[in-house]
This record gives sequence, C-alpha cells and structure tokens, in this order.
Amino acid sequence: MSQVDTNPVKEYLRMDRMPSIWCPGCGIGTSVNCFARALTQAKVDLKKTTVVSGIGCSGRVSGYLELDSFHTTHGRAIPFATGLKLANPELNVVVYSGEGDLAAIGGNHLIHAARRNIDLLVICVNNFTYGMTGGQVSPTSPGGATYSTAPYGQFETPFNLPHLADSCGAVYVARWTTFHVRQLTKSIREAFGKKGFRFIEVISPCPTLYQRRNKLGDGLDAMKFYKEASVLKNGADTRELDIGFQSPIIVGSFVNRDRPSFIEAMNKRFTSVFGESYKPYPEGPSKAVQGC
Amino acid sequence: MAVTEIKFGGFGGQGIILAGIIVGKAAALFDNKEATLTQAFGPEARGSACSAQVVVSDDRILYPYVTHPSIMVLMSQDAFTRYAGEVAQGGTLIIEEDLVQPAQIPNGATVFKVPATRLAEELGRRMVLNIVMVGFFASVTKLLTPEAVRKAVADSVPRGTIDLNLKAFDKGFEWGRSHPS
Amino acid sequence: MAADPSGVLTGQHYLDGNHAACEGALAAGCRFASGYPITPSTEVVERIAARLPRMGGMFIQMEDEIAASITLQGAVWAGKKALTVTSGPGFSLMMEHIGLAAMTECPCVYIDVQRGGPSTGLPTLPGQADMMQARWGSHGDYEIIALCPESPQECFSLTVEAFNLAEQWRVPVMLMMDECVGHMTERVVIPPADQIHVVDRRWTKKPPGEFKAFEPGPDMVPDMAKAGDGHHLFVTGLTHDERGYPVMNQKAQEKLVRRIVDKIRLNADKISRVEEDQIDGAEVVVISYGITSRVAMRAVQMARAKGIKVGTMRLIVAWPFPENRVRELASKVKAFVVPELNYGQMSLEVERVAAGKAPTVLVPHGGGEVHDPEVILEAIVQAARGAR
Repeated sequence: MSQVDTNPVKEYLRMDRMPSIWCPGCGIGTSVNCFARALTQAKVDLKKTTVVSGIGCSGRVSGYLELDSFHTTHGRAIPFATGLKLANPELNVVVYSGEGDLAAIGGNHLIHAARRNIDLLVICVNNFTYGMTGGQVSPTSPGGATYSTAPYGQFETPFNLPHLADSCGAVYVARWTTFHVRQLTKSIREAFGKKGFRFIEVISPCPTLYQRRNKLGDGLDAMKFYKEASVLKNGADTRELDIGFQSPIIVGSFVNRDRPSFIEAMNKRFTSVFGESYKPYPEGPSKAVQGC
Repeated sequence: MAVTEIKFGGFGGQGIILAGIIVGKAAALFDNKEATLTQAFGPEARGSACSAQVVVSDDRILYPYVTHPSIMVLMSQDAFTRYAGEVAQGGTLIIEEDLVQPAQIPNGATVFKVPATRLAEELGRRMVLNIVMVGFFASVTKLLTPEAVRKAVADSVPRGTIDLNLKAFDKGFEWGRSHPS
Repeated sequence: MAADPSGVLTGQHYLDGNHAACEGALAAGCRFASGYPITPSTEVVERIAARLPRMGGMFIQMEDEIAASITLQGAVWAGKKALTVTSGPGFSLMMEHIGLAAMTECPCVYIDVQRGGPSTGLPTLPGQADMMQARWGSHGDYEIIALCPESPQECFSLTVEAFNLAEQWRVPVMLMMDECVGHMTERVVIPPADQIHVVDRRWTKKPPGEFKAFEPGPDMVPDMAKAGDGHHLFVTGLTHDERGYPVMNQKAQEKLVRRIVDKIRLNADKISRVEEDQIDGAEVVVISYGITSRVAMRAVQMARAKGIKVGTMRLIVAWPFPENRVRELASKVKAFVVPELNYGQMSLEVERVAAGKAPTVLVPHGGGEVHDPEVILEAIVQAARGAR
C-alpha cells in the first residue's frame, strides 16, 4: 500500500468546515469516504450533483461535501429532493440522511418517492439510534437494545429497510456495513448507473451512544463485529433481512430492476393522451453516470 | 344603479350551477354589466337542493350575496319549498311546471311556467332542461339581451353539444314568447 | 420584464377566484406546483394539474402538505418559480417549511384559501382566522408578506404580485384568500403578456468562487443562484453566515435573523398596499380585507346615507401591516372599526398601532358566512357617536 499524505477525497469535501462534528469511531465519515470515491471512480459531473440531507448526525453529510448542498428540515430531505429533481432533471440528486430522519419522521416520503420511482439515490446511514439528540430509540433499533427513551430495552418490531424500499418499488436496493468500504463504494457506483429510486442502507456504528450504552465497545469493536456477523447474500429475498440485536447482518445488493421513472411514466401517459402536440418533459440523463 | 338578484334552485345534477354561470357570464362578458355568481358548496351541492346565486348590476358589485332575489328560477319541488319564500315582494318566480307544483305563491310574486323537461325531451336530451330554463328566463325577464345569453350558452357548454344546447335555449326562449305568464 | 406569453390566457373570462389564482400563477411564470387536496382550495391545483403539462411545467400531488410545502422549495432552488396551495389544516402542516423558506430566503408562494377553523372546522365555508398564523405560524422570528384578494380579478393580479414580491424580497409570500373569494365567479380580465409586469429572479452575475449565497445587496436582499451552476451552494435552516455555512453563536444569529426581519420591516412602506376611500375628514375609518371589505362597503354606504363620515381602508397587503399609515390616521379619527371573520386578529394590529389615540372597534364573526352588513353598520354608528 502506497503512502499518501493528503486526503484522497479532499477535493470532494469542504475542507474549511473540517473537522466534522462526528465522533471518533463514527461510521458516517467512512460512508462519505466511500461516496466520494464512488464519485471519482464513476467520473460523476460534480457540477450537476447535489446532495440533500435532513436533520441528524447523518443529516450533516450534505454540508461537508463540496457540491450543491441542501440541509433541509427533519424528515423532509426526500420531498425537497423531489422538487429539485423534477424541476431540473439534469441534476444528479442524492439524498443522504439517517434512519431516524428517513424512516421515522420521513417514512411517508420514503415510501411514496419509491412508489413514484422518483429518480433519486437515497443513502441511508442506519446506526440504530438518534445520535444527535443523545441516543434515543429509532425505527430500526433492534429488540432488546437499550436507549435513553427505551431504558428497559426496545420491544417494538423494527423496520427492515431494504424490504420496505423493495416493497414500495425501489429499482435498486443494497445494504452494506461501514466495514464493507469497497463493496459500498462499488454499490454506490452501481446505483449511479441506474435511473429511478435507488436505496442503499449503510449499517454504521455509533460508538458514543448505541455501542456504549449497550456495552458493545468502540468503533473498532463494531468493525470486528460487522466483519464476523455479516453474511454476504447478493440477491437475497428482502423479507429475510431483519436485523436483531447483535444478530447476523445480511449484506449485499438485493434488488436491481428497471421500471419507468416518474417523469418517464408521466411523459408516456401524456403522450398517449395528447398525442404529438405534447412536448415531453425533459427526462434527464438515462443514468447519473454514463460510464457505469 | 340597477341591481338584480337572481337565485337558481333545483337538485344536484340538474345543471343549476351551469345555468347560473351562463346568466352571469352573459351579463359580465357579453352584455356590458357586472355579475357575481356565488354557490352553495358541500353536501348540499351533491344530491338534494342546490342553488346558484347571481347578482347582476350596471355598476361594480360590492356585496356579492343574494339576500332578496327579485327573480327565482326553480326546478324542483324541494327547491321551491326551501327557497321560494325568499323571493322579493312582487318578484318573479320561474318554475319548471312538471317538477314544481306551487301550493301557494309567496310575496305576490308573478309566476312563469315552462315544461322544460318535456321541451328538452323533444330534443332527445333530457339533460338540456337547464338550458331550456335559461332560454325561458331570458325571454320572460328581458334582463339581458338574448344574443348575450345565447353567446354565453355557446361559450359554456362542451364543444360537441353547442348546437343541441342552442336549440334548447331557442326552445325555451320561444316558449316564453308564445306563453307569456 | 413582461410575462412569458405561454402562460397568459389573455382575454375576458368568467372565473372563480380559485381558477383565477391559478391563471395568475401561470402568468407570473410559475412552472412548478406541488399540492395536496383540501377543500376549499382544491380547484386551484386541479386547474394547475390540467394546465401545466401543456406548457412545459410540472405539477405533482404529494403525499401530504408537509411534503408539498417543501417540494416547491426544492424546485425553486433548481431554478423554477413555484407554489403550493392549501387551506387551514394544511396551512398548519406547512408552517415549519414557511420558516425554512424565511430562513433560507427561498422565494415561493403559498396560497391559503381560508375556511372556518380551528381544526377541521367548516371545510366548505369561509373564515379569515389564519391571518395571525400567516404572520407568526412558524417558530422563531421572521417576516413574510401576505396579500388579501377581494375578488377573482384580484386573485389573478395579486397572485402575479405575490410571485413578484417573493422574487424581489426573497421571502415566502402568502396569498390569503377566503372561501368566498375562492368560490365566487366574476369577470376576470387577463391582459396581454407584455402588459403583465413580472419580476425575474435576482440571479447573481458573480462567478463560482466569488458568489456568496447569503451576502446581502444594498436592499438587504442577497442575489441567488441555482443548483447545478457550479456555485456549490450551501443552504441550511441552521443559522448561517454569508456563505451559508452553519455558525452556532449569538453573533451570527443577530446578523442573520436581524437582516431577514429588517429587510421587510425597514421596507414595509415600499411593500405595503392599501386602498382608501373617503379618508379625508372621516370620523370613522373601517379597516378590512378580503371578502369582508366588500361586505363592509355596503355597511359604509348605509352609514354615509345616514350622514356619518366614514372612510375605508382595505388591506391589500396585510403583512407587513401598514403601521405608519394607521398611526397617522389614529390621531385624526374618532375610531377604527375592524370587521373580520375571526374573533380579533388584524384588529389587534390596528389597536397596537393606534396606541390609544383612537379606539379600535372589532366586529367579530366566527366564520361560516360573511357579516350581516347591519351589524357592521351598527358598529360604525356607535363608533361615530364616540361610544366605545
């Protein structure tokens, strides 16, 4: 391995905003690293790439990227991104946020954007907790784990996010942990090569809150656990992807299908209704990155 | 300043609102007057009694609501029961004679009757009864020029039905000429 | 600049206020709308849904008003002019994003066709009880602009104006209609496109690297850029500096929030618009807005017939409130009479600004219908007598 003395993804980051707010051992930065590498490898047009986040630790991602960055309200990154994309389909729009933001307060928008097949890449950092507010129970929190608002252990059924996205019609669904940096990078690249609603779940450690409260060690321990507990199963039935407390984590790329995006379906419908007098709405590039 | 308050009443589905729109549009777009249409929305507009109210004036209309209609066009017994009492003293009641049997005439109103449903059926389309009523209204009230109301009919109905609706208008208008009150 | 003719339905029409508002938006250059159905506003988006696809625009019905109220902001940052439309319950759900638009200085238009409230209230019947919500509904300190049309014609012209003000001042602008005006049908004259004044976005002329997205111009308003132009915009609802970067301290808060408040407050006289009638020498001035101003006018005419000197002031722009003008009148008149379809909202502003120099007589009404003009007349008569 060759030695590098500058950060290889520096050009994608707002270095004047470093250091980030993320704790040592947090996985969000790792995921951003993968994202930046995927941007480089895929030769994405950075001028046309825009990142939208909601609120939370992962919601800060947009603000560290040297791209058009939108840090919106809690849970509403997807509808904001929907407006951006539909108003200018040339844009490569990425939603980057956490599971509390996207699947709890923003859950309704997640399912509807997937249903409509809005052309967005959603990267959901799932650390099983609300980090920024101090470690509360989240919609993916595994049964038995304890939280500041579930001090006697979580007993609700958590969301299986890949299954949720799949059921609602996402055209690409994958899950990786922050241990799987190469696979995650490749998966993001793969998603850049598709059009429609794409969803990547990134299982990520929160050493400060989730790990510590549940006596799971630090960030490094989380990496060891991910390495041991992960089961690679590309193409797995998404119904089988539940995650229990410290249970095996099935990772892989699960869904890769094609169906008309919102704008494509709209144009098809309107052309059939109005005939040749209808001027089709611009559909944008057939995929975010031509090389993929 | 001549202000005329008109109320159209019937049941949902009879085209009451369209009748009001045609009269308002005739006044406001084709007869150099001002006209404000208001309508009752909600459950009332879907089934039972339904009404459209038009204020026609030579000057700017401030207060947009009908309070003492001097002209009422009623197309159902229910509408008659509900609304007829509102007619202004000595006003005009225009009724569909097969659908409305007035027990008594309120406020010394003058009554004009037209078998609009039958006339519409003669044209093969019962649904144009509202336009027959509009023609009859134009004929007996002389509030607006017949040309303006005719134009408003043509401007307000679906494109493929203009001829039919103009025939319906003419039929109602003729009935008014040949059967004055 | 002149309007884009593709959106202008030039001619005379017999339209209700909801449809007229749609035509106003299209004439103003609105090419994006996000909505969610709610009585009594739905006709606006129904017409937009029918019209936009034929002129290269985009309408999307979102999953709720929360989504609708931010989707349009995404579209604005992508370069479009955009609006959403709702009524009371939906307006409540939109409040957080009105705050976001204020904080990020996102020029966009929210139409609220007011019905009786609170809660589900009277879906099909009028109210004017969202006036304070329009001003204060989102948390934190900010300023917005709100317009109150009194007729379908004004639903057209003030919607154009709403877009123009949004672009000029970079604020969310509320068109505060009411069910009466929304569902009332009258003649609407739409002028030729070249006679409709349209304000374009304040696009920056600075190249990437030099442009700071929140650096104010001489009028306290920053120029704007859109996503995809290479500026690497940073837009956040957090307190931010001129680059848009979050800065979590009191100094940054003071600088930013003071400016987004002052850009409207200090320019209130420029933004303000009222219509006055027979104010000179009036003993009593009736202040009203929307449908109520028309109902009040009947009462005013009756009062004038009795020999009472009554003037009227109609709030075309309700927010910012015409403080200076009302203050000036307060020292000249015996009383203000304020009829509104609520239990006292804009009347509170009149009372505050009059500051005891002239009493403010509220003529309240819970909504569901309009005032009986006789009731307003009675208030005018009492006020003229000097009775409180």
